[in-house]
Amino acid sequence: MSKIIEIENLQLTYAPNTSLQRQALQNINLTVESGEFRAIIGPQGSGKSTLLQVMAGLEVGLGKVIVDGLDLRQKKNRRMLWQRVGVIFQQPERQLFEDSLYNDVAYGPKNIGLSSEEIERRVKTALKKVKLGEEYYPLSPFKLSGGQQRRAAIAGILAMEPKILLLDEPTAGLDPKGRQEIMNLFSELCRKQGITMIMVSHDMEEVAHRADKVTVLQKGTVFLEGGPQEIFAQGNQLTEIGLAVPFASELANALRERGKNVSNVTTLADAEREVGKMLRRRNGH
Amino acid sequence: MSFFSNITVGQYYPGNSLVHRLDPRAKLLAMPLIMAGVLLAQGPVGYLAAGLPILFGYAMAKVPLTALWRGMRFLWIFLIISLVLQAVTYPGETLWEWGIITVSREGLSLGLRLIYRLVLLVLAAMLLTMTTTPVNLTGAMEKLLQPLKRLGVPVHELAMMMTIALRFVPTLLEEAEVVMKAQQARGGSLTTGSLEKRLGATIALLVPLLAGSLRRAEELAIAMEARCYRGDNGRTRLKQFQYRYLDFLVLLILFAFTILVGVERWI
Repeated sequence: MSKIIEIENLQLTYAPNTSLQRQALQNINLTVESGEFRAIIGPQGSGKSTLLQVMAGLEVGLGKVIVDGLDLRQKKNRRMLWQRVGVIFQQPERQLFEDSLYNDVAYGPKNIGLSSEEIERRVKTALKKVKLGEEYYPLSPFKLSGGQQRRAAIAGILAMEPKILLLDEPTAGLDPKGRQEIMNLFSELCRKQGITMIMVSHDMEEVAHRADKVTVLQKGTVFLEGGPQEIFAQGNQLTEIGLAVPFASELANALRERGKNVSNVTTLADAEREVGKMLRRRNGH
Repeated sequence: MSFFSNITVGQYYPGNSLVHRLDPRAKLLAMPLIMAGVLLAQGPVGYLAAGLPILFGYAMAKVPLTALWRGMRFLWIFLIISLVLQAVTYPGETLWEWGIITVSREGLSLGLRLIYRLVLLVLAAMLLTMTTTPVNLTGAMEKLLQPLKRLGVPVHELAMMMTIALRFVPTLLEEAEVVMKAQQARGGSLTTGSLEKRLGATIALLVPLLAGSLRRAEELAIAMEARCYRGDNGRTRLKQFQYRYLDFLVLLILFAFTILVGVERWI
């Protein structure tokens, strides 16, 4: 696998040299492999969204940022980026504006200047992926329900067919079923089509379940980095900065604190297996 | 945050100076006095004198000059255009000639005087808004316009509308920033491409903004009604305004000063 995102010594200050000056990111070093599902977690105001915007070329800091071979220190490279990187912002339904669902999803492909057949193909594929049928095409996006609007907005990004998807709390405010459907879609895009996913999330269960690797931000710096099992085994450190761990990890951490020999787990299925092993060992004695 | 952080003309600058502590009603009344002085002034002495209360006010308010400069930055283009227009269109003794363009001495001096007055007027207005919180400002306006209520003018409602409008300026700017970035990530950039493309990008920004504003307005109305808002029926203020001697003193001095500036040309 090759590196698709490389960040070295990134610094970013908002409103420098004014009374509102705020250090958003400092000394960030980060690499993401192509096809990876990376989760970024951290307490509020730790710089997660800012970091995502730097990767999208929408914010510029000091330091080396290379995304898909493009050096984002150069303005012309940042402009080329939007054809390769899709961004799904918090509450992406706010970006809907066209008179029909179809046209809204077609907005991005039209901007690239694709042929009308290609646009049609992309719009239909994208809407199929988010499970919005043809009966919705002519409807005004403002007439859809909240969950449908979210999916419509996501389809608008997918129609760009990006190589990298940046997700900023994509499931916040959705019901459990909607959340699962959308997360399944992102997993599938990552595993089957090899799209690199960078997801900012507060949903630790989803992070544990989906991510290959987790980056924990705290006060604009990288606090921890590693696989989900490794990260969520550090329950105390995460609780200290205001984060939670998935239930299964909490259980495993608590058992380990009581001196039981349990390995790091993040999912309920793994926890069941570990607890079963533990009980068998006890009964065997 | 980067694109819109420039638009902070006259934003409130927290402080505890004498100017900050003046009764907002007194400050609101002082504005027309200062502005009248600026407009009445004739001749060099009057011009300099008219600027004195503003200069004095800023010196006492201790507002940083960088904040002032940022507020004025967008005005310069407008000022320079009006100076050039005055200088080349006003007839008079030719000072400088280039092709069909002639700059007259009278036009140039008129333009410079115009700029001076405009800058003073803007500075005066900014002194008011930079030292008074929006809540106090609209509160003072409501109090001062109270007599008009007898004539059926919805004074409280107007003041409330102003408060809400001011309150939502930063929220809207933030929302605009987010939507702009989202559309930019879909290839709809406001700053690049052909005119037609940029126009399309503007619509892609304005429609979500408008939809968001309507949604917010509705939510706010429901939230206000849920807290039993009924206009100014039996409504009291958390902070009552209280005139002090100092307020009267400042107004009196400004009044006398303005009259002096006004009659200066006959002295």
